Amino acid sequence: MKIITAQEHQAVESPAVLSLANDVDPRTLDLNGVTRIDLHFPAFTDGRAYSQAFLLRRRLRFAGELRATGDVLIDQLVQMRRTGFDVAVLKDGVDASAAQRQLDRYAGFYQGSAVDTQPPFAKAA
Amino acid sequence: MYQYTEFDKAFVRARAAEFRDQLGRWQTGQLTEDQFRPLRLQNGWYVQRYAPMLRVAVPYGEINAAQIKVLARIARDYDTPDAALLAEAQATQDKIAGLAPKLTTNYGHFTTRQNVQFNWIPLDKSADVMDLLATVNMHGIQTSGNCIRNTTTDELAGVAVDEVVDPRPYAELIRQWSTLHPEFAHLPRKFKIAITGAIEDRAAIGWHDVGLQVLKNDAGEVGFKVLVGGGMGRTPVNGVVIREFLPWQDIMNYLEAVVRVYNRWGRRDNKYKARIKILVKAEGQRYFDEVETEFREILERDGAPHTLPQAELDRVKAGFVDPALNLPESTDPNFNAWLAQAEAAIGIEAAKTPAFARWLARNVRPHRNPLLRAVSLSFKRPGYAPGDATADQLDAAAALVEKYSAGEARVSHTQNLLLPWVRLDQLHALWLEAKALGVAQPNIGLLTDMIACPGGDYCALANARSIPTASAITERYQDLDELEDLGHIDFHISGCINSCGHHHSGHIGILGVDKDGKEWYQVTLGGSDGKDLSGAATPGKVVGPSFSSFEVPDVIEAILDTYKQLRVNTGNGKQEAFIETLRRVGHDPFKAAAHAARHPAEEQTA
Repeated sequence: MKIITAQEHQAVESPAVLSLANDVDPRTLDLNGVTRIDLHFPAFTDGRAYSQAFLLRRRLRFAGELRATGDVLIDQLVQMRRTGFDVAVLKDGVDASAAQRQLDRYAGFYQGSAVDTQPPFAKAA
Repeated sequence: MYQYTEFDKAFVRARAAEFRDQLGRWQTGQLTEDQFRPLRLQNGWYVQRYAPMLRVAVPYGEINAAQIKVLARIARDYDTPDAALLAEAQATQDKIAGLAPKLTTNYGHFTTRQNVQFNWIPLDKSADVMDLLATVNMHGIQTSGNCIRNTTTDELAGVAVDEVVDPRPYAELIRQWSTLHPEFAHLPRKFKIAITGAIEDRAAIGWHDVGLQVLKNDAGEVGFKVLVGGGMGRTPVNGVVIREFLPWQDIMNYLEAVVRVYNRWGRRDNKYKARIKILVKAEGQRYFDEVETEFREILERDGAPHTLPQAELDRVKAGFVDPALNLPESTDPNFNAWLAQAEAAIGIEAAKTPAFARWLARNVRPHRNPLLRAVSLSFKRPGYAPGDATADQLDAAAALVEKYSAGEARVSHTQNLLLPWVRLDQLHALWLEAKALGVAQPNIGLLTDMIACPGGDYCALANARSIPTASAITERYQDLDELEDLGHIDFHISGCINSCGHHHSGHIGILGVDKDGKEWYQVTLGGSDGKDLSGAATPGKVVGPSFSSFEVPDVIEAILDTYKQLRVNTGNGKQEAFIETLRRVGHDPFKAAAHAARHPAEEQTA
């Protein structure tokens, strides 16, 4: 998962880049030609964009970039990666030095995810 | 009980390490208070009225002796506030009008959601406690926060005589599925699942965000009846059936659909309207349709990766085999002789010792194995808050669990400890030891076996204290004959509308409210948690304006006296239970008695 700073994050005016409020149903979108979708966390405790990311990546097979924007902290990076985000724009002022060890911490999880779709029991079968 | 694999153990250790990392970053200012709060909450760490509170998860209430011993050690070594903090807390409590019992330290508290809480552990010791818990596969994962909480079940799960399907393997599978689910860590509000596999609902499934009843269809296949949208709080609502029969293989797929729609649609603008019950009420059929559509898409478009294979169910089930107790099998020619001999021996002891007979009748329940019994240790006794156990009592309880129940116990939602594997021929020995420990009060199901939250003595949310009311009733009703004569009564006390003490589901419920900075109590009558005696889950009705703390015990007494006057025999020599009389004659005479018991003058002078 790529972590970038707010300065590195460019809001782009292009039909190839969508920026979605977190109450939009991604299934209503025309994803033709779209290469990047910015999803938004107005507060890190508002988890709607996780479901949007899951639906885009898993259900709609969106292959472009899913970017997490807004109140993005390092303790939510693992959830973001697992629901299909590939880029996270860290909130201004957040120290990124502790980020990688969060991403490396767990050897595995109980569920399949948007990117590693099979849960352990399905892999074992 | 479920045996943790290396994967499970490593997972719990990783979680403890993650929490230590987060705590350290908060202590050094890398995480703000607002950023740290949801992280600590999802590990069970609150900051309460005077001190932090830790809620340790006991998945579906099942716990072993080694785990209870670690809880004892935490109570003894960590649940100790700084002396100045305790003195200040006590001084503050002493200023509240009315009885102020001494704050206690160094104990664990059994909760209505089958977990265990501690009230005084300093936050700078919290990471050490999580490491200690991890040594016995325990943790505080998702015991708080707006996520999927601990799944609760029938305390008799796996041993009940009326059980159709053992719900524990499914509860364990739900535990695994819901643990650190990446999509559902920040839901609109908390999300609670309860599951039963018995005919009688002893898990209050109608009061949960999702209630599951494991059953068999006409073809003998196992599946779930699924209820959704139950909850207490400010707006008590009972769950409604969304699926009459869901094949067991699909439970994770279906829960994923239920929770995904809630995550997307649930209100986030008002925390009192954020539970799924409000969404289900507001959207009704539209919510049901959306869940069914989502479920179909999970199956058809996502390929249903969480469909449970038989092998996975078998793997988990293997953890729930009955313990070897060296007893004759039912096919053994000695089985009946063994049973007859054990029953005869118990009969002799019971005839000699009425107190033992009383305990057998009240605290000992039948088991699907006729040679065994399920025994409740009662943590409802004078001098202790309901559900509290000191470090020494926890250690002693662990020893009883080891000696008499194959090392396994259950934390019950009525805040007691249940021993599910007690041999018939060891009941008397267990009774003697439980009595010596002070946990053999024969009051299971009676008035004094009340449910109560920690209330305003400890909880930051409470509007009023629960413990003084609980102790006033406990002290007033110490006569065992009188208690037994009053019969089964679900008496539930909550210190605020969050309803942790389940007042909505009590036959008699007490709710603490705050008026002009003073403690007042609303009394409700006629609630049901869904057990057979009480009927379908339903909230109680308020009797009228609230009462002062001084009035409450007299009001309860007046209500109970009314019951004694109005009850009739139901045939077979039995008298009506309180709830039956209430249902038959209606609330009016009870209301009138409650109002007549008001004595505002005393409140002035106290």
